[in-house]
Amino acid sequence: MAEPEPAAQDKGRGLKRRKFLTFLVAAPTLTVAGRFGFDALTEASAVPSLPSVEEIADLGEVIRLASMPTMHLMVLEVTEDTTVRFELPRLEVGQGISTSIAMVLAEELDARLDDVDVELSDSRPELHFNQITAGSTTMRVLWDPVRRMAADARARLVNAAANQWGLPAEQLTTKDSAVHAPDGRTLSYGELSAAAREESGNGEPKPASEYTVVGTPVARTDARDIVTGKAQYAMDLQIEGALPTVVARPPTIKGTVGSVNDARARSMPGVVAITEIPTGVAVSAETFYDAMRARDALEISWKPGPIDTVSDSDIRKKLKNVAHPLAAPKLRGRHLDATFDFAFVNHAPMEVESAVADVRHDGTAEVWMPSQTAIWAQGAIAKELGLNRDAVSVHVTRAGGSFGRRLFADVGLEAARVSQAIGRPVKLMRTRQDDMKHGRMRPAYHQKIRASYTKGEVLSFEHRVTGVGLDFDHGLGEALTSTLAQTVEGGASQYYFAVSQSMPYHVGVVNHTLQEVQLGIPTGSFRSVFSGTVRAAEEVVMDELAEQMGKDPLEFRREVAKADSGKAVLTKVAEVSGWGKDMPAGHALGVGYHSEYRSHAACVVEINATDPANPRVTKAFIAADVGQVINQKGLEAQLMGATMDGIATVLQAGVHIDNGAVRESSYGDFLWTKQGDSPTQFEVHLIRTDWAPGGAGELALPAAAGAVANAYAKATGTKPRSFPINH
Amino acid sequence: MPKKHRFSVNGDKVEVDADANMPLLWVLRDKLGITGPKYGCGVGLCRACTSHLNGNEIQPCVVPVSECDGQEVTTIEGLADGDELHPVQQAWVDADVGQCGFCQPGQIMAAVALLQRKSKPTDADIDAIENMCRCGTYPRLRAAIKEIAGIPTDPPGNGEPPKGPPEGKPPNGKGPDGRPGKQPQQGGDSSSAEGEQSGDEKSGSLFDGIKSAFG
Repeated sequence: MAEPEPAAQDKGRGLKRRKFLTFLVAAPTLTVAGRFGFDALTEASAVPSLPSVEEIADLGEVIRLASMPTMHLMVLEVTEDTTVRFELPRLEVGQGISTSIAMVLAEELDARLDDVDVELSDSRPELHFNQITAGSTTMRVLWDPVRRMAADARARLVNAAANQWGLPAEQLTTKDSAVHAPDGRTLSYGELSAAAREESGNGEPKPASEYTVVGTPVARTDARDIVTGKAQYAMDLQIEGALPTVVARPPTIKGTVGSVNDARARSMPGVVAITEIPTGVAVSAETFYDAMRARDALEISWKPGPIDTVSDSDIRKKLKNVAHPLAAPKLRGRHLDATFDFAFVNHAPMEVESAVADVRHDGTAEVWMPSQTAIWAQGAIAKELGLNRDAVSVHVTRAGGSFGRRLFADVGLEAARVSQAIGRPVKLMRTRQDDMKHGRMRPAYHQKIRASYTKGEVLSFEHRVTGVGLDFDHGLGEALTSTLAQTVEGGASQYYFAVSQSMPYHVGVVNHTLQEVQLGIPTGSFRSVFSGTVRAAEEVVMDELAEQMGKDPLEFRREVAKADSGKAVLTKVAEVSGWGKDMPAGHALGVGYHSEYRSHAACVVEINATDPANPRVTKAFIAADVGQVINQKGLEAQLMGATMDGIATVLQAGVHIDNGAVRESSYGDFLWTKQGDSPTQFEVHLIRTDWAPGGAGELALPAAAGAVANAYAKATGTKPRSFPINH
Repeated sequence: MPKKHRFSVNGDKVEVDADANMPLLWVLRDKLGITGPKYGCGVGLCRACTSHLNGNEIQPCVVPVSECDGQEVTTIEGLADGDELHPVQQAWVDADVGQCGFCQPGQIMAAVALLQRKSKPTDADIDAIENMCRCGTYPRLRAAIKEIAGIPTDPPGNGEPPKGPPEGKPPNGKGPDGRPGKQPQQGGDSSSAEGEQSGDEKSGSLFDGIKSAFG
């Protein structure tokens, strides 16, 4: 069969990956315009933009390739009571991967969904890079190996039945977790399990036309546990003797303990131990109430942190000072310059960071925590405790939200330190205030864009991104850098930027760079990582370009979108949102589009900004193409959640730094969307295609952020440049 | 000073030794092992711990245990009747409201309390629910509440009916080179995406099944 020609417009679809991965490894820098710089730019330049690194081999491809060597180590088991058990080496944070994987298994095995039990795997170092939950890669990476594994299992069960009945396997069918003979005889998978162990057999995954489970709307398999309160998070586990523990923390970021007088705290009811650790003073007690009261009774003199004299304005100034200058020449045509600032944003997951640790005298340790990088966490904790990695077990618990926060093992390290010091198991919980004031954040950014255009066409799009350093010092960073033959200058952050950032439009010469400043502020990847700010800013500029060129902003995007799938989602969202209708004063529609993870999403929101200080997004419409849909309900939920994140980060939720301390302390001043801020009408329209599943968990955020900013701009007649707008 | 507090939780009489000011949340979680009510902020803002005291909504993180003496506390664990889910719980399952699920015990208890106060809540009543959901499942929360209350959820002028997965979806599978990927199966021609669209569907499925559960 002849290789198809690569689709010029549909990035990554149909490209030969190996070849381009080689290209990526050899690429000396992250930019897309290594050979085609602005020197090539003239007014007669061709408007089509060159493919970016991301379009050729994106993060998902890198993770997929890095994961492939260990796929055979995944564990699928059919038990004698007809339970299909799968240990998922990923973290369930609410994104629904447990349900989606269960659906794929049920589909390919012809098992009842109720018989499928997907559990989160403990850390398994032998899986190397195949236990990282990040970058909307889980279904992209696991979809094919899991369905093949299930198809093989089905073939072996059928062969076992064929042997037992003396019938040809081709005559047998499978349904409802059982093999059926033409004469009506039936053997359940449980009955066949032992015999199937001895069988061989390679099954072929079904064609999509035969799907009855995959692609349908299915409620979460843990929905009943959730609504009855049975779903257990780390702090709900009943680990024998685990002492509730909280930590007194410094008033400023990364401050340290000077001296401690714990005499009064020690005498308080319920207190068992008080332990100084690098991040503060831990109090372990019979209950969290006892622990918190004693913590408040500690008398501690604190030493300053590394940024005690630094406030938001200083950070903004610093970013501005180091930002690379815009380089594109100002042609005889026109150009549009815009500068954007983004505040720090806390992930603020509902479940505060928590971990249970039991470090025993025999030199072994167990830790229970929600971790996106369990293997890395295991190694980091072992190192901290002075133990061999194999002496530490990390049990991965479901997370009460993540948004990137569970990439690190900060709280697991704290719990392990305290448990080791006091010789007792502890359940360590950060309070909400701890989480706000000392938790990791999406970095603050300063971004400059210059777009030049003429005769109704965009000739160049230059984007200089300057941000506070994004911490990749977790398992994902290792995975990224180890896949490189040589280290890319700037490390994992630069690499991630290169494999995730791409301009989805033909806007002439595109050149974007990332410049980071290391300030010692705790940061971490936030849902959609760089795209949440980079692409949002670009979407604002797209609207302003359209205005300058006298074009409708949605029509303009449709004209220049690289991918046909992009044009399709824009067409669909225009149709369902009533794009172009007249709006009363102070109300407006805004559009945004984003392509990443081999998926596409367009968003239109309707905003009421009659009070510009208190705007409300009243309606939101998403059109998306993520390739093969696995769970329609789960997909819609992810697009919904990411839309709410777009609303929050653009309009109202940001963190202030005052003299080295986070000003916000809880949901009362960190203003995430609540029901009263959310649209009363929300619709998802899926365009079904047969591409292998693309990523979906982060996809809608940049599109929604752009749409909200643009709607606000139009409703208020302003040009938003600083986010969140009402900070 | 610790003293004995007697009250009922989910129909069971309990007796705990606790400081009078100890928040009910920690009595439930750390002394009684009832972990449905979650800690999310400790100051009554996020409402992940929302439960009922004599049928009224409370945030146990800011209610001292002494205020519960002789009263009836209901947590998410006490809402179902044995294996029979409470109608609000069932609506939550049917609308697939939960994502990470952490806030949902509180969301459900708040919704039950709202529907008890007002059987047909308005959008403004629903907007006034302060419970945080960081996953942002607010549209489904709103839809589930309206469905239980029998309030139509499809706004006027938005007449596109919900559809299931389209018929005749194109097949999916590994690419022509034997590897999975973004490679179309039909005709081996990926130079155009024209043929890839096989249908559109509106997300009306949020509400599938709720009607049948509530008649």
